[in-house]
Amino acid sequence: MSVSLTLLGLLDRQPSHGYDLKRDYDTYFGRGKPLPFGQVYSTLGRLARDGKVVIGEAEPGAGPDRKRYVITEQGATEVQEWLSEPVEPEPHLQTVLFAKVVLALMLGRSAEQYLDTQRAAHLRRMRELTETRRSGGVVDALLADHGLFHLEADLRWIDLTAARLNALAEMVKS
Amino acid sequence: MSAVNVPDTLASRGRLVEARDVSLSFGQTPALRGASLSVNAGEILAVMGPSGSGKSTLLHCLAGILAPDSGEIRFAGRRIDMLREQERSALRRDRFGFVFQFGQLVPELSAEENVALPRLLGGVRRAEALRDARAWFERLELDGLEQRRSGELSGGQAQRVALARGLVARPEVLFADEPTGSLDSLTGERVMDLLTAAAREQGTTVVLVTHEPRVAAYADREVIVRDGKVTTLSADPVLA
Repeated sequence: MSVSLTLLGLLDRQPSHGYDLKRDYDTYFGRGKPLPFGQVYSTLGRLARDGKVVIGEAEPGAGPDRKRYVITEQGATEVQEWLSEPVEPEPHLQTVLFAKVVLALMLGRSAEQYLDTQRAAHLRRMRELTETRRSGGVVDALLADHGLFHLEADLRWIDLTAARLNALAEMVKS
Repeated sequence: MSAVNVPDTLASRGRLVEARDVSLSFGQTPALRGASLSVNAGEILAVMGPSGSGKSTLLHCLAGILAPDSGEIRFAGRRIDMLREQERSALRRDRFGFVFQFGQLVPELSAEENVALPRLLGGVRRAEALRDARAWFERLELDGLEQRRSGELSGGQAQRVALARGLVARPEVLFADEPTGSLDSLTGERVMDLLTAAAREQGTTVVLVTHEPRVAAYADREVIVRDGKVTTLSADPVLA
Protein backbone atom coordinates (compact mmCIF):
# COMPACT_ATOMS: atom_id res chain seq x y z
CA MET A 1 0.00 0.00 0.00
CA SER A 2 1.29 3.46 -0.88
CA VAL A 3 2.11 5.39 2.30
CA SER A 4 2.34 8.69 0.44
CA LEU A 5 -1.10 8.34 -1.17
CA THR A 6 -2.61 7.24 2.12
CA LEU A 7 -1.16 10.25 3.95
CA LEU A 8 -2.31 12.45 1.12
CA GLY A 9 -5.81 10.97 1.45
CA LEU A 10 -5.81 11.69 5.19
CA LEU A 11 -4.75 15.27 4.46
CA ASP A 12 -7.61 15.62 2.00
CA ARG A 13 -9.96 15.59 5.01
CA GLN A 14 -8.35 18.60 6.69
CA PRO A 15 -4.95 20.18 7.25
CA SER A 16 -3.14 18.16 9.93
CA HIS A 17 0.02 17.86 11.98
CA GLY A 18 2.41 15.01 11.29
CA TYR A 19 1.51 13.54 14.66
CA ASP A 20 -2.21 13.41 13.79
CA LEU A 21 -1.44 11.77 10.47
CA LYS A 22 0.68 9.09 12.11
CA ARG A 23 -1.98 8.43 14.73
CA ASP A 24 -4.74 8.00 12.12
CA TYR A 25 -2.52 5.95 9.82
CA ASP A 26 -1.61 3.57 12.65
CA THR A 27 -5.24 3.30 13.75
CA TYR A 28 -6.71 2.47 10.36
CA PHE A 29 -3.90 1.16 8.20
CA GLY A 30 -0.96 0.21 10.43
CA ARG A 31 -2.43 -3.06 11.70
CA GLY A 32 0.23 -3.68 14.28
CA LYS A 33 3.01 -2.11 12.19
CA PRO A 34 3.15 1.56 13.22
CA LEU A 35 4.52 4.06 10.74
CA PRO A 36 7.83 5.47 12.04
CA PHE A 37 7.79 9.23 12.62
CA GLY A 38 10.84 9.50 10.38
CA GLN A 39 8.92 7.98 7.49
CA VAL A 40 5.95 10.28 8.12
CA TYR A 41 8.08 13.42 7.85
CA SER A 42 10.24 12.19 4.98
CA THR A 43 7.08 11.29 3.03
CA LEU A 44 5.52 14.68 3.80
CA GLY A 45 8.77 16.32 2.70
CA ARG A 46 8.60 14.52 -0.67
CA LEU A 47 4.94 15.41 -1.09
CA ALA A 48 5.84 19.07 -0.41
CA ARG A 49 8.74 18.93 -2.86
CA ASP A 50 6.38 17.53 -5.54
CA GLY A 51 3.83 20.26 -4.92
CA LYS A 52 1.15 17.99 -3.47
CA VAL A 53 1.18 19.54 0.00
CA VAL A 54 2.34 22.84 1.44
CA ILE A 55 3.80 23.25 4.87
CA GLY A 56 2.13 25.88 6.99
CA GLU A 57 3.92 28.28 9.27
CA ALA A 58 5.25 26.75 12.48
CA GLU A 59 2.76 27.36 15.26
CA PRO A 60 3.94 28.71 18.58
CA GLY A 61 4.24 26.20 21.42
CA ALA A 62 6.48 23.50 22.81
CA GLY A 63 7.50 20.31 20.99
CA PRO A 64 8.81 19.67 17.52
CA ASP A 65 5.53 18.92 15.77
CA ARG A 66 4.10 22.37 15.26
CA LYS A 67 3.78 22.44 11.49
CA ARG A 68 0.48 21.93 9.83
CA TYR A 69 0.42 20.28 6.39
CA VAL A 70 -2.16 21.35 3.79
CA ILE A 71 -3.03 19.44 0.62
CA THR A 72 -2.74 21.33 -2.68
CA GLU A 73 -5.12 21.13 -5.64
CA GLN A 74 -2.62 18.87 -7.39
CA GLY A 75 -2.53 16.59 -4.37
CA ALA A 76 -6.32 16.49 -4.12
CA THR A 77 -6.57 15.61 -7.82
CA GLU A 78 -4.13 12.74 -7.32
CA VAL A 79 -6.17 11.41 -4.40
CA GLN A 80 -9.35 11.63 -6.48
CA GLU A 81 -7.76 9.73 -9.36
CA TRP A 82 -6.31 7.12 -7.03
CA LEU A 83 -9.68 6.51 -5.38
CA SER A 84 -11.48 6.18 -8.70
CA GLU A 85 -9.06 3.64 -10.21
CA PRO A 86 -9.35 -0.07 -9.46
CA VAL A 87 -6.33 -1.82 -8.00
CA GLU A 88 -4.53 -4.02 -10.50
CA PRO A 89 -6.06 -7.46 -9.92
CA GLU A 90 -2.72 -9.18 -9.90
CA PRO A 91 -2.66 -12.88 -9.16
CA HIS A 92 0.51 -12.35 -7.15
CA LEU A 93 0.48 -15.49 -5.07
CA GLN A 94 -0.73 -17.76 -7.84
CA THR A 95 2.47 -17.24 -9.80
CA VAL A 96 4.53 -18.56 -6.88
CA LEU A 97 2.23 -21.51 -6.31
CA PHE A 98 2.14 -22.28 -10.01
CA ALA A 99 5.94 -22.14 -10.28
CA LYS A 100 6.31 -24.57 -7.38
CA VAL A 101 3.80 -27.03 -8.83
CA VAL A 102 5.39 -26.98 -12.28
CA LEU A 103 8.91 -27.29 -10.89
CA ALA A 104 7.86 -30.14 -8.59
CA LEU A 105 6.47 -32.01 -11.61
CA MET A 106 9.53 -31.23 -13.71
CA LEU A 107 11.81 -32.48 -10.95
CA GLY A 108 9.77 -35.63 -10.34
CA ARG A 109 8.78 -34.54 -6.84
CA SER A 110 5.29 -34.90 -5.37
CA ALA A 111 3.30 -31.88 -6.47
CA GLU A 112 0.25 -33.28 -4.67
CA GLN A 113 2.14 -33.35 -1.40
CA TYR A 114 3.27 -29.78 -1.95
CA LEU A 115 -0.34 -28.72 -2.64
CA ASP A 116 -1.50 -30.48 0.54
CA THR A 117 1.22 -28.72 2.54
CA GLN A 118 0.22 -25.40 1.02
CA ARG A 119 -3.45 -26.16 1.68
CA ALA A 120 -2.68 -26.86 5.35
CA ALA A 121 -0.73 -23.60 5.63
CA HIS A 122 -3.57 -21.65 4.03
CA LEU A 123 -6.14 -23.23 6.34
CA ARG A 124 -3.98 -22.52 9.37
CA ARG A 125 -3.83 -18.84 8.38
CA MET A 126 -7.57 -18.86 7.75
CA ARG A 127 -8.13 -20.17 11.27
CA GLU A 128 -6.06 -17.30 12.67
CA LEU A 129 -7.99 -14.75 10.60
CA THR A 130 -11.31 -16.31 11.62
CA GLU A 131 -10.32 -15.89 15.26
CA THR A 132 -9.29 -12.27 14.58
CA ARG A 133 -12.63 -11.65 12.90
CA ARG A 134 -14.52 -13.14 15.82
CA SER A 135 -12.65 -11.41 18.60
CA GLY A 136 -11.78 -8.05 17.04
CA GLY A 137 -13.69 -4.93 16.10
CA VAL A 138 -15.30 -4.03 12.79
CA VAL A 139 -12.03 -2.85 11.20
CA ASP A 140 -10.27 -6.07 12.19
CA ALA A 141 -13.20 -8.11 10.88
CA LEU A 142 -13.21 -6.37 7.50
CA LEU A 143 -9.48 -6.77 7.04
CA ALA A 144 -9.65 -10.40 8.13
CA ASP A 145 -12.52 -10.98 5.68
CA HIS A 146 -10.42 -9.60 2.86
CA GLY A 147 -7.61 -11.97 3.74
CA LEU A 148 -10.00 -14.89 4.11
CA PHE A 149 -11.54 -14.39 0.69
CA HIS A 150 -8.11 -14.18 -0.96
CA LEU A 151 -6.90 -17.31 0.78
CA GLU A 152 -10.12 -19.06 -0.16
CA ALA A 153 -9.54 -18.14 -3.80
CA ASP A 154 -6.06 -19.65 -3.59
CA LEU A 155 -7.51 -22.80 -2.06
CA ARG A 156 -10.00 -23.16 -4.88
CA TRP A 157 -7.11 -22.86 -7.31
CA ILE A 158 -5.18 -25.47 -5.30
CA ASP A 159 -8.16 -27.85 -5.47
CA LEU A 160 -8.53 -27.40 -9.22
CA THR A 161 -4.81 -27.80 -9.77
CA ALA A 162 -4.78 -30.98 -7.69
CA ALA A 163 -7.56 -32.32 -9.89
CA ARG A 164 -5.57 -31.45 -13.03
CA LEU A 165 -2.15 -32.62 -11.89
CA ASN A 166 -2.04 -35.63 -14.19
CA ALA A 167 -2.74 -33.54 -17.27
CA LEU A 168 -0.21 -30.93 -16.19
CA ALA A 169 2.41 -33.59 -15.47
CA GLU A 170 2.01 -35.04 -18.96
CA MET A 171 2.44 -31.61 -20.52
CA VAL A 172 5.43 -30.67 -18.40
CA LYS A 173 7.25 -33.96 -19.07
CA SER A 174 6.59 -34.03 -22.80
CA MET B 1 -36.44 -45.45 26.49
CA SER B 2 -32.94 -46.09 27.69
CA ALA B 3 -29.65 -44.84 26.37
CA VAL B 4 -27.20 -47.25 24.77
CA ASN B 5 -24.69 -48.32 27.36
CA VAL B 6 -21.36 -47.02 26.10
CA PRO B 7 -18.38 -46.72 28.42
CA ASP B 8 -17.39 -43.09 28.88
CA THR B 9 -13.81 -43.63 30.02
CA LEU B 10 -12.29 -43.35 26.54
CA ALA B 11 -14.38 -40.33 25.74
CA SER B 12 -12.88 -38.45 28.62
CA ARG B 13 -9.38 -39.63 27.70
CA GLY B 14 -9.20 -38.59 24.06
CA ARG B 15 -10.50 -40.29 20.96
CA LEU B 16 -14.26 -40.19 20.91
CA VAL B 17 -15.11 -41.19 17.35
CA GLU B 18 -12.99 -43.37 15.11
CA ALA B 19 -13.14 -44.96 11.68
CA ARG B 20 -10.63 -47.68 10.88
CA ASP B 21 -10.13 -48.85 7.32
CA VAL B 22 -13.78 -48.32 6.45
CA SER B 23 -15.10 -49.32 3.02
CA LEU B 24 -18.61 -49.00 1.68
CA SER B 25 -20.05 -49.40 -1.81
CA PHE B 26 -23.42 -48.47 -3.19
CA GLY B 27 -24.05 -51.30 -5.65
CA GLN B 28 -20.97 -51.42 -7.86
CA THR B 29 -19.91 -47.90 -6.93
CA PRO B 30 -17.37 -47.66 -4.12
CA ALA B 31 -17.93 -44.62 -1.89
CA LEU B 32 -15.35 -45.32 0.82
CA ARG B 33 -12.16 -47.32 0.24
CA GLY B 34 -10.33 -47.86 3.48
CA ALA B 35 -11.08 -44.54 5.18
CA SER B 36 -9.54 -43.98 8.63
CA LEU B 37 -9.74 -41.04 11.00
CA SER B 38 -10.24 -40.20 14.62
CA VAL B 39 -11.90 -37.31 16.39
CA ASN B 40 -10.89 -36.32 19.89
CA ALA B 41 -13.41 -35.46 22.57
CA GLY B 42 -14.27 -31.76 22.45
CA GLU B 43 -12.61 -31.29 19.09
CA ILE B 44 -14.13 -29.63 16.05
CA LEU B 45 -12.98 -31.55 12.98
CA ALA B 46 -13.62 -30.39 9.43
CA VAL B 47 -14.01 -33.10 6.81
CA MET B 48 -13.33 -31.53 3.44
CA GLY B 49 -13.20 -32.84 -0.09
CA PRO B 50 -14.66 -32.42 -3.54
CA SER B 51 -18.21 -33.39 -4.43
CA GLY B 52 -18.63 -37.14 -4.62
CA SER B 53 -15.44 -37.82 -2.67
CA GLY B 54 -17.29 -39.75 0.03
CA LYS B 55 -17.20 -37.19 2.85
CA SER B 56 -20.95 -37.30 3.56
CA THR B 57 -20.93 -41.10 3.38
CA LEU B 58 -18.09 -41.11 5.91
CA LEU B 59 -20.10 -38.83 8.21
CA HIS B 60 -23.11 -41.14 7.91
CA CYS B 61 -20.92 -44.11 8.86
CA LEU B 62 -19.37 -42.27 11.83
CA ALA B 63 -22.87 -41.32 13.01
CA GLY B 64 -24.20 -44.87 12.74
CA ILE B 65 -26.65 -43.97 9.99
CA LEU B 66 -24.92 -46.30 7.53
CA ALA B 67 -23.11 -49.53 8.35
CA PRO B 68 -19.86 -50.03 6.39
CA ASP B 69 -19.19 -53.15 4.33
CA SER B 70 -15.87 -53.59 6.13
CA GLY B 71 -13.76 -51.79 8.71
CA GLU B 72 -14.66 -50.50 12.15
CA ILE B 73 -16.54 -47.50 13.51
CA ARG B 74 -15.99 -46.80 17.18
CA PHE B 75 -17.68 -44.39 19.53
CA ALA B 76 -16.12 -43.95 22.96
CA GLY B 77 -14.10 -47.09 22.34
CA ARG B 78 -17.03 -49.33 21.46
CA ARG B 79 -17.66 -50.65 17.99
CA ILE B 80 -20.95 -49.32 16.76
CA ASP B 81 -20.85 -50.81 13.27
CA MET B 82 -21.67 -54.17 14.90
CA LEU B 83 -24.76 -52.84 16.70
CA ARG B 84 -28.25 -53.73 15.58
CA GLU B 85 -30.18 -50.95 13.86
CA GLN B 86 -32.33 -50.44 16.93
CA GLU B 87 -29.27 -49.88 19.10
CA ARG B 88 -27.70 -47.54 16.58
CA SER B 89 -30.97 -45.62 16.42
CA ALA B 90 -30.91 -45.20 20.21
CA LEU B 91 -27.29 -44.08 20.04
CA ARG B 92 -28.12 -41.42 17.46
CA ARG B 93 -31.06 -40.23 19.51
CA ASP B 94 -29.34 -40.16 22.90
CA ARG B 95 -25.72 -39.28 22.19
CA PHE B 96 -25.59 -37.55 18.82
CA GLY B 97 -27.02 -34.39 17.28
CA PHE B 98 -27.40 -33.56 13.60
CA VAL B 99 -27.50 -30.48 11.38
CA PHE B 100 -27.91 -30.82 7.63
CA GLN B 101 -27.56 -28.44 4.69
CA PHE B 102 -31.26 -27.72 4.39
CA GLY B 103 -32.42 -27.56 8.01
CA GLN B 104 -34.92 -30.35 7.32
CA LEU B 105 -37.36 -29.03 9.87
CA VAL B 106 -40.72 -30.75 10.20
CA PRO B 107 -43.04 -28.30 8.39
CA GLU B 108 -46.14 -29.20 10.42
CA LEU B 109 -44.44 -28.31 13.71
CA SER B 110 -43.67 -24.88 15.14
CA ALA B 111 -40.04 -23.82 15.48
CA GLU B 112 -40.02 -24.58 19.21
CA GLU B 113 -41.62 -27.99 18.66
CA ASN B 114 -38.94 -28.75 16.09
CA VAL B 115 -36.24 -27.85 18.58
CA ALA B 116 -37.94 -29.89 21.31
CA LEU B 117 -38.18 -32.97 19.08
CA PRO B 118 -34.99 -34.76 20.22
CA ARG B 119 -36.01 -34.29 23.86
CA LEU B 120 -39.53 -35.59 23.16
CA LEU B 121 -38.11 -38.60 21.32
CA GLY B 122 -35.80 -39.14 24.29
CA GLY B 123 -38.85 -39.57 26.52
CA VAL B 124 -38.85 -36.16 28.19
CA ARG B 125 -42.27 -34.72 29.05
CA ARG B 126 -43.64 -32.15 26.61
CA ALA B 127 -43.60 -29.19 29.01
CA GLU B 128 -40.00 -29.85 29.98
CA ALA B 129 -38.93 -30.46 26.39
CA LEU B 130 -40.49 -27.17 25.27
CA ARG B 131 -38.88 -25.33 28.17
CA ASP B 132 -35.46 -26.70 27.14
CA ALA B 133 -36.18 -25.74 23.54
CA ARG B 134 -37.17 -22.16 24.38
CA ALA B 135 -33.87 -21.56 26.17
CA TRP B 136 -32.14 -21.93 22.81
CA PHE B 137 -34.16 -19.23 21.08
CA GLU B 138 -32.50 -16.39 22.94
CA ARG B 139 -29.12 -18.06 22.75
CA LEU B 140 -29.28 -18.34 18.97
CA GLU B 141 -30.90 -14.92 18.45
CA LEU B 142 -34.27 -16.40 17.52
CA ASP B 143 -36.44 -14.53 20.04
CA GLY B 144 -40.05 -14.22 18.97
CA LEU B 145 -39.90 -16.95 16.33
CA GLU B 146 -40.94 -19.80 18.60
CA GLN B 147 -44.39 -20.29 17.06
CA ARG B 148 -43.42 -19.94 13.41
CA ARG B 149 -43.56 -22.83 10.98
CA SER B 150 -40.48 -23.58 8.88
CA GLY B 151 -42.07 -21.93 5.83
CA GLU B 152 -42.26 -18.66 7.77
CA LEU B 153 -38.53 -18.59 8.57
CA SER B 154 -35.66 -17.22 6.49
CA GLY B 155 -32.90 -19.62 5.49
CA GLY B 156 -30.62 -18.37 8.26
CA GLN B 157 -33.37 -18.55 10.87
CA ALA B 158 -34.37 -22.08 9.81
CA GLN B 159 -30.75 -23.20 10.00
CA ARG B 160 -30.37 -21.75 13.50
CA VAL B 161 -33.55 -23.58 14.54
CA ALA B 162 -32.01 -26.76 13.10
CA LEU B 163 -28.82 -26.02 15.04
CA ALA B 164 -30.82 -25.59 18.25
CA ARG B 165 -32.51 -28.93 17.54
CA GLY B 166 -29.11 -30.52 17.01
CA LEU B 167 -27.78 -29.25 20.34
CA VAL B 168 -30.84 -29.21 22.63
CA ALA B 169 -30.24 -32.70 24.01
CA ARG B 170 -26.62 -31.76 24.80
CA PRO B 171 -25.22 -34.45 22.49
CA GLU B 172 -21.67 -35.68 22.86
CA VAL B 173 -21.14 -35.39 19.12
CA LEU B 174 -22.75 -33.00 16.67
CA PHE B 175 -22.61 -34.18 13.06
CA ALA B 176 -22.99 -31.22 10.72
CA ASP B 177 -23.21 -31.84 6.96
CA GLU B 178 -22.69 -28.62 4.98
CA PRO B 179 -24.54 -26.63 7.66
CA THR B 180 -24.07 -23.33 5.81
CA GLY B 181 -24.33 -24.70 2.28
CA SER B 182 -27.64 -23.00 1.57
CA LEU B 183 -26.78 -19.65 3.21
CA ASP B 184 -25.07 -16.48 2.03
CA SER B 185 -21.62 -15.66 3.46
CA LEU B 186 -22.71 -13.36 6.28
CA THR B 187 -25.58 -15.57 7.44
CA GLY B 188 -23.36 -18.63 7.17
CA GLU B 189 -20.70 -16.99 9.30
CA ARG B 190 -23.26 -16.14 11.96
CA VAL B 191 -24.47 -19.74 12.03
CA MET B 192 -20.87 -20.98 12.33
CA ASP B 193 -20.10 -18.44 15.07
CA LEU B 194 -23.08 -19.69 17.04
CA LEU B 195 -22.45 -23.37 16.29
CA THR B 196 -18.83 -23.32 17.41
CA ALA B 197 -19.50 -21.12 20.45
CA ALA B 198 -22.32 -23.37 21.66
CA ALA B 199 -20.37 -26.56 20.96
CA ARG B 200 -17.31 -25.33 22.83
CA GLU B 201 -19.40 -24.06 25.71
CA GLN B 202 -21.04 -27.43 26.31
CA GLY B 203 -18.02 -29.50 25.28
CA THR B 204 -19.71 -31.06 22.27
CA THR B 205 -17.43 -32.73 19.74
CA VAL B 206 -18.22 -31.63 16.19
CA VAL B 207 -17.70 -33.47 12.91
CA LEU B 208 -18.21 -30.85 10.25
CA VAL B 209 -18.49 -31.85 6.60
CA THR B 210 -17.90 -28.90 4.31
CA HIS B 211 -16.37 -28.05 0.97
CA GLU B 212 -15.99 -24.40 2.00
CA PRO B 213 -12.58 -23.40 3.39
CA ARG B 214 -14.13 -20.46 5.25
CA VAL B 215 -16.33 -22.88 7.17
CA ALA B 216 -13.49 -25.34 7.72
CA ALA B 217 -11.47 -22.49 9.22
CA TYR B 218 -13.74 -22.65 12.28
CA ALA B 219 -12.49 -26.16 13.03
CA ASP B 220 -9.49 -27.14 15.13
CA ARG B 221 -8.23 -29.49 12.44
CA GLU B 222 -9.18 -30.71 9.01
CA VAL B 223 -8.93 -33.85 6.92
CA ILE B 224 -9.60 -34.29 3.22
CA VAL B 225 -11.55 -37.13 1.69
CA ARG B 226 -10.42 -38.05 -1.83
CA ASP B 227 -11.73 -41.03 -3.73
CA GLY B 228 -13.09 -42.57 -0.55
CA LYS B 229 -9.86 -42.26 1.44
CA VAL B 230 -8.89 -39.81 4.14
CA THR B 231 -5.83 -37.61 3.80
CA THR B 232 -4.87 -35.88 6.97
CA LEU B 233 -3.37 -32.39 6.79
CA SER B 234 -2.57 -32.15 10.47
CA ALA B 235 -1.29 -34.67 12.99
CA ASP B 236 -3.88 -37.40 13.41
CA PRO B 237 -3.41 -39.94 16.19
CA VAL B 238 -4.77 -42.84 14.11
CA LEU B 239 -2.70 -42.20 11.04
CA ALA B 240 0.45 -40.89 12.66
